[in-house]
Amino acid sequence: MSMLEVKDLSIHFGGVKAVQNVSFAIDPGIVYSVIGPNGAGKTTLFNLITGVYKPSAGEIRLDGEAIHGRSPNELARRGVARTFQNLQICMNMSARENVMVGAHLRLDRNLLKAALHLPGLRKRDAELRDEAAELMRFVGLEQYVEARADAMSYGLLKRLEIARALAMKPRLIFLDEPAAGLNPKETIEVDQLVRKIADAGVTVVLVEHDMKMVMNLSDRILVLNYGKKLAEGTGEEIRRNPDVIAAYLGAHA
Amino acid sequence: MLSQFLQFLFSGVTVGATYALAALGFTLIYNASNVINFAQGEFIMLGGMLAVFFTQAGLPLPVALLLAMLIPAAVGVLIEKLAIEPVKGAEPVTLIIITIGASLVIRGLTAVIFGKGTHSLPAFSGDTPIEILGATLLPQSLWVLGITALVVVLLWYYFNRTLQGKAMLATSFNRLAAELVGINTSWVLFMSFAMSAALGALGGILITPITLTSYDVGIMLGLKGFVAAVLGGLGNGLGAVVGGLLVGILEAMGAGYISSAYKDAIPFVLILFILFFMPRGLFGGQSTDRV
Amino acid sequence: MPKNVYRGLYLVIAILLVLPHVLPNSYYLDLAVRMAINAVIVLGLNLLIGFAGQISLGHAGFLGIGAYASAVLPTHFGWHPLAAMGAGALAAGLLAALVARPIFKLKGNYLAMATLGLGIIISIALRNEAQWTGGPDGMPVPSMGLFGFELSNDRQWYWVVALLLSVSVWASLNLIDSPFGRALRALHGSEVASQVVGVDIVRYKVAIFVLSAVFASLMGSITAHYVGFVSPNYADFFHSIELVTMVVIGGMASVYGSLVGAVLLTALPQALATFEGWETVVFGAILMLCMIFLPKGLVPTLAAKFGKGE
Repeated sequence: MSMLEVKDLSIHFGGVKAVQNVSFAIDPGIVYSVIGPNGAGKTTLFNLITGVYKPSAGEIRLDGEAIHGRSPNELARRGVARTFQNLQICMNMSARENVMVGAHLRLDRNLLKAALHLPGLRKRDAELRDEAAELMRFVGLEQYVEARADAMSYGLLKRLEIARALAMKPRLIFLDEPAAGLNPKETIEVDQLVRKIADAGVTVVLVEHDMKMVMNLSDRILVLNYGKKLAEGTGEEIRRNPDVIAAYLGAHA
Repeated sequence: MLSQFLQFLFSGVTVGATYALAALGFTLIYNASNVINFAQGEFIMLGGMLAVFFTQAGLPLPVALLLAMLIPAAVGVLIEKLAIEPVKGAEPVTLIIITIGASLVIRGLTAVIFGKGTHSLPAFSGDTPIEILGATLLPQSLWVLGITALVVVLLWYYFNRTLQGKAMLATSFNRLAAELVGINTSWVLFMSFAMSAALGALGGILITPITLTSYDVGIMLGLKGFVAAVLGGLGNGLGAVVGGLLVGILEAMGAGYISSAYKDAIPFVLILFILFFMPRGLFGGQSTDRV
Repeated sequence: MPKNVYRGLYLVIAILLVLPHVLPNSYYLDLAVRMAINAVIVLGLNLLIGFAGQISLGHAGFLGIGAYASAVLPTHFGWHPLAAMGAGALAAGLLAALVARPIFKLKGNYLAMATLGLGIIISIALRNEAQWTGGPDGMPVPSMGLFGFELSNDRQWYWVVALLLSVSVWASLNLIDSPFGRALRALHGSEVASQVVGVDIVRYKVAIFVLSAVFASLMGSITAHYVGFVSPNYADFFHSIELVTMVVIGGMASVYGSLVGAVLLTALPQALATFEGWETVVFGAILMLCMIFLPKGLVPTLAAKFGKGE
């Protein structure tokens, strides 16, 4: 059975139809990429699936259960994680704390216990600090464990967001342009990182403009154009699809 | 019955007009700088107090009134240059405290210079009330309403028909874009503080013959102006005018029919109630956060 | 956090222990008690404003609820002061919880408006219900007994509030560096990112609003008993602003900044009394200058300058 099923999904803002009747399904354990020209509706699609926006019409099912219209934190409970195209890092916190926030749902969040500094909570927090450091090593930020978030560069923060998302121990992760604004060397590192995440058994949905990376990583690809589904298939199928070629040449001409 | 209702309505729209002018002041500054100017009420107070002072000093009424608007405008510009421009981009709370600091300075100086007494200003054209269907309307109320209406029309013309006004409007939509097309946004900031102070002062001058004035009337008037601006949807000029009149009318009705002791609480109960159901006021647009 | 989290707390306790022995006279002891009371209120308010990033311009209203509960319930209904204090805190907490859900759907200036309105409504009610509250003149508050012995002199009060302050600083430090505290700070940093990792942001805003309201109410009760008198000024808009100013001048999201802000702004009006008639002007000018030159507040600015975190 598909892990995620999207059927006839649409949203409009005023008169603008940002996503129109898009349907697709994602099997567990794969890397699924969403590509398309700027403004094609890729990020909007992510926002719809992760509960940031409510769809105007259509369904989204996770493991067969309807999840459209649910709030982001309910989706987080179901193991859905994401990163953001334009960074959403808490600049008022340290890098490590940003990652620790990702583990929010796995912790005892009781106010009174926290204020009284009870030993159980303290012990769990100490473990989490180590776990966060471990995750930062995983994404290649081992040198920044003690850094302040607001002192880190854009490329590093992109990875910090991935570490935060991984701290949720997700089953399904949405990565919104993880390589945007990175230099070629960093891009290769992110490429390898995404592979590592997928190898760890997390289903990855990727929005990315770097075609080399997309072709290299993806099991399947969805192409959006003007909010509509243009094509779907393997990398090879997409590469040869005349509609896709036309749309891309058109968009770049 | 009807006469009583009309009586409350008249007094409501009269104060409501003052709130509307104050709310327009909030709106102008908010649009130009995203600052909520908590010193707005002090401009209302200053207008009234200066008008009293200059007329008592023997200046002819028009000259006195003009000065009573120009001086607060100068004070507004001073605040903008000395206290708002230097902290561009500061947190909203910081800006709130700065404008409250400014309001304390204005209020304190007024108390030192003019004393803490209550003052009145003679009505512009006599005190003989006009009878309408059993209710009475003061001639001064007509001045308040007439001039407020005139100001609203002039502002509308300014923002929709003149290049300067359009430049100010453009800045409020997108400051960076406005700068890129060559609009001097520093001048826009200057103008908005001058205009909003002058508007507040005008409201204060017009209402003083009816309500009297003293150094400490600014707080409540200003806060109610803020209520009016939020009620209409922050940043919406027409909303501010409607909000002002609505606050004035409901306050007068509440005081008349429910409890005069709770008169001052009515605008705040109203705004809480409205915000619970319409989080961006009556005419505030929807907003979607981009992520 | 590093192990030296409590270093500042030890310093605070040391100062609190030494202070009564070095203060020259009862005037200063009285001032110290007021500072400590304000410091506890500001700690709670800073959790809301500085850490969670949610403004409240009506907090004095909650203070007023506590103060008047402690004045009215024992006087008119013969309640025990502790029960009255508890009832006040409960009332403040319930009111906060009741309004918080709709209020925290609001953001920025709309939130400022709503909290301001709430505070003003409370203060107008206290001013108007003269048969219970004494109206604008205020009313006396019976003295406070604790476990059979009466809190009468300033020295006893000093130790009570010093203990409260120490515990509050300790609890605040713990809270900030906990899953709860991180969620609060995260929603300040990015609401959408916090939601996406599973933080129910409205619940957290409500929780911290209620907590800070209860803090304020309890300290309102303490103040009422300590001063022996309550007046509606205690709940009014200007007092709310004073409290917010303490938070901002000391430093948003800084525990020790809260203490510094409370100490300075409690002392300032006393110091300004010498400016006969000019107090308001000087006070306003100082607020403006502080915000223009130290927009991040004293403690964070100094901490950054001397190159170490708090």
